[in-house]
Amino acid sequence: MTTTATRPIGARPRAAIDAKTLRTDKWWIAPLLTVIGLTAWVAYATVRVFMHKYFWVEDYHYLTPFYSPCVTDRCADAGAAEFGAILPNWWIIPDAAFSLPFLLLFRLTCYYYRKAYYRSFWMSPPACAVPDGHKTYSGETRFPLIFQNLHRYAFYAAALISVVNTWDAIKAMHSPSGFGLGLGNIILWINVLCLWAYTLSCHSCRHIVGGRLKHFSQHPLRYRFWTFVSKLNTRHMGLAWTTLATLAITDFYVMAVSAGWLNDLRFIG
Amino acid sequence: MTVRQFKVWRGDSAGGQLVNYDVDVNEGEVVLDVIHRLQATQEPDLACRWNCKAGKCGSCSMEIDGMPRLACMTRMSTFEENASVTITPLRTFPVIRDLVTDVTFNYVKARETPAFAPPKDVAPGDYRMQQVDVDRSQEFRKCIECFLCQNTCHVVRDHEENKTAFSGPRFFIRAAELDMHPLDARSDRKEYAQKEQGLGYCNITKCCTEVCPEHIKITDNAIIPMKERVVDRRYDPLVRLGRKILRRDQLEQEAVAVTTLHQAHPTPQPDGAAPINWHRELAPPMGADVDDKGHLPLNELLSDRVGANSPFGDDVEFPVDPTKLNYYHPEQKH
Repeated sequence: MTTTATRPIGARPRAAIDAKTLRTDKWWIAPLLTVIGLTAWVAYATVRVFMHKYFWVEDYHYLTPFYSPCVTDRCADAGAAEFGAILPNWWIIPDAAFSLPFLLLFRLTCYYYRKAYYRSFWMSPPACAVPDGHKTYSGETRFPLIFQNLHRYAFYAAALISVVNTWDAIKAMHSPSGFGLGLGNIILWINVLCLWAYTLSCHSCRHIVGGRLKHFSQHPLRYRFWTFVSKLNTRHMGLAWTTLATLAITDFYVMAVSAGWLNDLRFIG
Repeated sequence: MTVRQFKVWRGDSAGGQLVNYDVDVNEGEVVLDVIHRLQATQEPDLACRWNCKAGKCGSCSMEIDGMPRLACMTRMSTFEENASVTITPLRTFPVIRDLVTDVTFNYVKARETPAFAPPKDVAPGDYRMQQVDVDRSQEFRKCIECFLCQNTCHVVRDHEENKTAFSGPRFFIRAAELDMHPLDARSDRKEYAQKEQGLGYCNITKCCTEVCPEHIKITDNAIIPMKERVVDRRYDPLVRLGRKILRRDQLEQEAVAVTTLHQAHPTPQPDGAAPINWHRELAPPMGADVDDKGHLPLNELLSDRVGANSPFGDDVEFPVDPTKLNYYHPEQKH
């Protein structure tokens, strides 16, 4: 680049096109589906978290992920307080008060969910080449959105909570006569695997395991981790939605068995 | 061959409108073919920038049915036969005429972005890198500078006032390319990306990735890793504490000072070779002679010289003074 056809003379007008967007495809479908999907899930999760019952199946030790780790007196009464009962029973305190806020923060600051809700709820922008609905825009440079940079810490917490979920799945291999295996176990394990895949496919994780390096050749092991996480990372969006589905299905199944609406299909025990 | 309807934006900085045309379309043609046929048969003065017709030069960027695209890579077969196709210039940049916009914004931002900083102790020609180390940077070298990402990014597309503070996706991949480069000597590219390029303005809605004709994963492979690198430096209290305890921050400050020194003075070369000033201040480009409307004099009656203006700027005389170049062949001895 050495010369320009015209000399820059301050701010000059853009093409005067009246239509806000000339896109003819159905660009509004994706944000609409996102709004419907996320709203429905948040509504279901909120109801379940504050229901304070049907979270534990005594016979098979099934614990729903929405109540894990269960830390209120209510959990101790039910026999589900694997890590001790620390908090009192008060309806406003979720029974998994130590994990849910971090999981919420993890998903809120997730690079995929940010795209999803900025586009759908905040319309900034609703779709590519469609004007955003705001007069001014400062992005993530100021309070409160500058806190999106905390994603990494939420990831650390989410990884710890995934360990707890794995422990729950192991403990659930149980029946009144000892070892047990039922449809609930398979659902719990699928959920745990999907949660691990989603957590490890996180962009922050990709950076931490190796993305921050300048010389991959000097760190072959971390390069292999990075390659693995990069492969998962390309599916981050898919995993984000899959885990919402597996969480809701797992929770619903445990609720249904706990409330007696369904009998768990048992293979062993 | 079928006759298809088109709406093409005609006008200049004073205003314009969409004009309807019926143009013949053959099987296998792309939008740029149609524009050429329109120029050949109906509108000889329709302005349109194009060059390679192979999706590699990045000249024919425009908006087709509202989506930023390369006209040469948009097949006519992707549209419904009876629907009219709307073709408009890029919206984010000032219009010059018809489908041609002034993309100077991008060149200004390019000039502001610090160039590759050569390693101090390695002579040019002795650079050795492993493929695995340069893989990531090479993805970003695929960029053809069509500026579709710059055009579609809502930070500047919908908010003209952000143009001073925000460099845009094309220059974030440049920053990432150099920050991931195994031999680049600068360590302050993250700070630069955050403070000067406006990385924080990006809300990762991924439109740049969606429109990239080279399919560069701009958001996932450049912007998010750069944001994470900024977090390392600015928002990570553990790393900050570690750097304070190990006094790394002071070491890095010294390193930056050394780089600055390196920039200010030409590096002396052994064996009497000419000194190399890698960071020679580049002269701003000289504008070609233009008339009151900002147009080039397109006929020789109006021009002050025989032939076309120099593509290198009319102030550059050839041969150029070799001591003012920032490239020397390692074996050159003068």
